Amino acid sequence: MRRVYLFVPLVIFLVLAVLLGRGLMLDPNKMPSALIDQSVPEFNLPSLASEERILTRADVVGDVSLINVWGTWCPSCMHEHPYLMELASQIPIIGVNYKDVRADAEKWLVKLGNPYVMNVFDEMGTLGIDLGVFGAPETYVIDRQGMVRYKHVGVVDKRVWLERLKPVVDQLRGEG
Amino acid sequence: MKQLCLRMLLLIGFVASGSSLAAIDTYEFADEQTRERFHHLNEELRCPKCQNQALGDSNSAIATDLRREVYRLLKEGKTDRQIKDFLVARYGEYILYRPELSSHTLMLWLAPLLMLLIGLVVVLVLVKRRRSVVQSTTLDVAEQENLKTLLEGSDTSSEAESNKRD
Repeated sequence: MRRVYLFVPLVIFLVLAVLLGRGLMLDPNKMPSALIDQSVPEFNLPSLASEERILTRADVVGDVSLINVWGTWCPSCMHEHPYLMELASQIPIIGVNYKDVRADAEKWLVKLGNPYVMNVFDEMGTLGIDLGVFGAPETYVIDRQGMVRYKHVGVVDKRVWLERLKPVVDQLRGEG
Repeated sequence: MKQLCLRMLLLIGFVASGSSLAAIDTYEFADEQTRERFHHLNEELRCPKCQNQALGDSNSAIATDLRREVYRLLKEGKTDRQIKDFLVARYGEYILYRPELSSHTLMLWLAPLLMLLIGLVVVLVLVKRRRSVVQSTTLDVAEQENLKTLLEGSDTSSEAESNKRD
């Protein structure tokens, strides 16, 4: 009977090893979004293309689309950009130019190409806060009613699109 | 030596003041109480980007924005509760350093109490066991008599053996 107690340290070690090992596998940057299945927030911001043109929630809602938060100050956005150019033919991408300088952003789009159907110019990051953005790039899948259905933090590449975003998009398109 | 001491003191000073100096914005407050609330909220809220820092400690862009937002809400006369709800609605419970007590945070809140209970049980069991061991080592009169004869017996036999060797 007593001998059984000798295994207690081993058991404690194994339990800890499993728990800590699992902790190492987790991505500490992964945060559950508070906005999933919530409506895209209301906003009232100028378009990047023209200061006079004011965009609101009604302008971006209507089709299954992606909202992509980007900025010229964000190196990962540069990395992501070529794939967005490819994606543009498959799904409308709405850009949120987040905390950026207008001239820099315009130059970027001319030089690298413009994958966006429209760009909201969020200079102060107010829409960003309403969306719960904490870094760029972030990409949201929204449905026809303007509900956020998925959020991806980080670069969208072929793998992310095929494994994470496309299944959600296909399902939403199927819903009719 | 004196210089070394001085350097150490300076270093300690820097480290100690590090967190309070980490983020400097200039905000004007209507009264001292609002200022207190602003700083308190900045300590209670977590920076979503730099996860081991409070909002008030961080110089990241998002922390600056959120401080500005907290300031704006304070100015609008929102209560602490409303400000926290505002941020939780956008960034999730994650942003609270002190999560609300709810069904999915119950374990988090009860774990320390549970650990304490487990510790107490272990200590009680150990104390009880030790007491029973101590008790079993005190011999009653008959056992002591028995022990005495045994000891004497072994003494004489060992004496006998040593005698034999001589």
